[in-house]
Amino acid sequence: MAGPDGGAPAFGTTGSYLDTFPGSQGAWGWLTTVDHKKIGLMYASAMFTFFLVGMALGLLIRLELLNPGTQFIGPRAYNSVFTLHGVIMIFLFIVPGIPAILGNFILPLQLGADDVAFPRLNLLSWYVYMVGAVMAIVSLFTNGGTPDTGWTFYAPYAVTTDTNVSMAVMAAFVLGFSSILTGMNFITTIHRLRAPGMGFFRMPLFCWGLYATAWIQIIATPVVGITLVLLFLERVLGIGFFDPSRGGDPILYQHLFWIYSHPVVYVMILPAMGIISEILPAFSRRTIFGYKAIAISSMAIAGVGYLVWGHHMLTAGMSDTARWVFSLLTFFVAIPTGVKIFNWLATLYRGSIEVRVPLLWAMGWIFLFSIGGLTGLAQGALATDIHLHDTAYIVGHFHYTMFGGAAVGLFAGMHFWFPKIYGRMYNEKRATWAFGLFMVGFNMTYFSLLVIGLMGMPRRYQDYLPQYHTGHAISTVGSWVMVSGILLMFFNLWRGYRNGKIAGDNPWGATTLEWKTTSPPPLLNFATPPTVTTGPYDFTEILEKGHDPEARS
Amino acid sequence: MSAENTMDQVHQLEHHYDPEGSKTGMWLFLFTELLLFGGLFLIYAVYRSMDAEAFHHAAGELNKALGSINTVVLLTSSLTMVLSINALRRGTIGRCLALLGSTLALSCVFLVIKFFEWRAKYHHEIFPGMEHLHSLPNGEAVFFNLYFMMTGLHGIHVVIGMIVMLVMAAKIRAGKITSARPDALEYTGLYWHLVDLIWVFLLPLFYLTN
Repeated sequence: MAGPDGGAPAFGTTGSYLDTFPGSQGAWGWLTTVDHKKIGLMYASAMFTFFLVGMALGLLIRLELLNPGTQFIGPRAYNSVFTLHGVIMIFLFIVPGIPAILGNFILPLQLGADDVAFPRLNLLSWYVYMVGAVMAIVSLFTNGGTPDTGWTFYAPYAVTTDTNVSMAVMAAFVLGFSSILTGMNFITTIHRLRAPGMGFFRMPLFCWGLYATAWIQIIATPVVGITLVLLFLERVLGIGFFDPSRGGDPILYQHLFWIYSHPVVYVMILPAMGIISEILPAFSRRTIFGYKAIAISSMAIAGVGYLVWGHHMLTAGMSDTARWVFSLLTFFVAIPTGVKIFNWLATLYRGSIEVRVPLLWAMGWIFLFSIGGLTGLAQGALATDIHLHDTAYIVGHFHYTMFGGAAVGLFAGMHFWFPKIYGRMYNEKRATWAFGLFMVGFNMTYFSLLVIGLMGMPRRYQDYLPQYHTGHAISTVGSWVMVSGILLMFFNLWRGYRNGKIAGDNPWGATTLEWKTTSPPPLLNFATPPTVTTGPYDFTEILEKGHDPEARS
Repeated sequence: MSAENTMDQVHQLEHHYDPEGSKTGMWLFLFTELLLFGGLFLIYAVYRSMDAEAFHHAAGELNKALGSINTVVLLTSSLTMVLSINALRRGTIGRCLALLGSTLALSCVFLVIKFFEWRAKYHHEIFPGMEHLHSLPNGEAVFFNLYFMMTGLHGIHVVIGMIVMLVMAAKIRAGKITSARPDALEYTGLYWHLVDLIWVFLLPLFYLTN
């Protein structure tokens, strides 16, 4: 390919970002890169490692619960294991997951930019994340050992326990900083670096999802940051803000914690919704139904989602007025979510649907998230929540939303953008098997929890009464099936990366800008900076001229 | 490919000079700072509404004169900051550095006064973690703990601001921040005004409530 002036092409506009050149070799080259694509992959390698550790801990929990009584983890150790599982999965994997991995990689490509607005700040975010992660790991083995408070660090127990809560909360504080920096970077990128012609309402919906997410990261994270610092100081200095004997109020801790931690579930889910909005049009060859409604509903979820935190404390002794207001607001959040689901289904209607692996994951996502969302409404209702609060039903519900929603969204995105990231294709047959195993195992694992939770099984208990045995046994067997699906998926992607067949630049026939550059993209993303003249999902050209999945420029 | 190419790449990425974008990022950052303090203001509001009388009583213990002097000192430092940026824009580097130096000096004065205030409290054993503080009525203990948390966090911000100013001074001397590209000093100014602004709220909430 020749450069714009007919001479040699400018550096960084040909070849692949994975090529080595002086200054980019080896580990040092990776650790000092400011390339958003490589930083995305660095996040991916760290986060998937943590995910596998968290998954192993989850398996241990399920194994312990296979039969009533103690199998091999005692009650105290059990508290530590589920805390560890929660802390790793929430703070190290799901919250930063999609924005840091796929957001970093895809956002500048979808906008037609050569990088994020602040490339060096982006690298700094990665280091801050790693410092937080190392602190979290060190906290497990030092100064009293693994925290046993659950990932929520509720006062007063978090103040009095002799496990190493101090360091764990400071780790979460540092991780929050990484999240804030990424959020700032993405908002500025979206405002400043859209390709010429790309107005806000011509942005792909994944960018909209990241935009809403970034705002939540910025608005909510500082509040939990200061709260965790106060918890730390409460342990060290006894400042007493959350200690009733010193005039403090533990419920205030819960409020401050959930002011962040509820909006943050939308940090987990909004980018996943964005991914689904990318996949559905690509595989039904239709522009997305209700583009503006989906874009605005992302912002609406972010806005209303900021005001519903009290529903975590419906049984904690708030005033009745606060309870019904929070309950009502919780129901309001369901509306923009419903808008999205119906728009997605309408997109498929009369499309020419091609069932490929990413579409399977996207459909799986809609199925799982719908269960997660609807079971959530039962808890948002004041009367039913009194029965459901703190039961295994809650555990089932949030695994349907966070795992079935956020993590499955990430899996879907990984399968969708894999050929763009590595320029190779995975084995689609094996990927389908992995998906099938995962779906069967997932529903066995978590649907049983919904059922035994309704029957009265409390959450976070290491032992249980015999009437819950069947449910627990099904759930544990399901966890084995699900994990084999996940492992098969990772194995398959690894094989695809090593020796999958070379993929074309646009194997799916998708229309957003990232598919208009080569696979894998060159260092500076585009040979010539793209301009935009239509909306993001305009398939007229592909439908008229046909589409060659092998084509490479 | 040669090493020159790598430099090219770095250059390309650096080349991305976009003051508007940087300013957006800076405002977003200031926003998060405000929310960081927001959590503490929220706690203040809750506990004051629970026990206004204790807050009223405890506030009498603080030294209004020193608090007021510190307010004047900090506001003046914001003024010298603005004048320093103005001098940089006009290219009068010497004047700019002198004004930046006065801002630094004023922030030192602020911290010294703050130190003596804290020390006086320490001598009265009104300090987080000390027995006497714990023996005070609950509302008053919360008030003093909040006082130390909020002025402490504010003090940390003052120190960070001073470090940044030192870096800026070095960069101005080295000719990296110039009248053509004054953005970095402007952002330092924005940050400093935020520190100032937060103090303007801390003063009435702690010193003037009785």
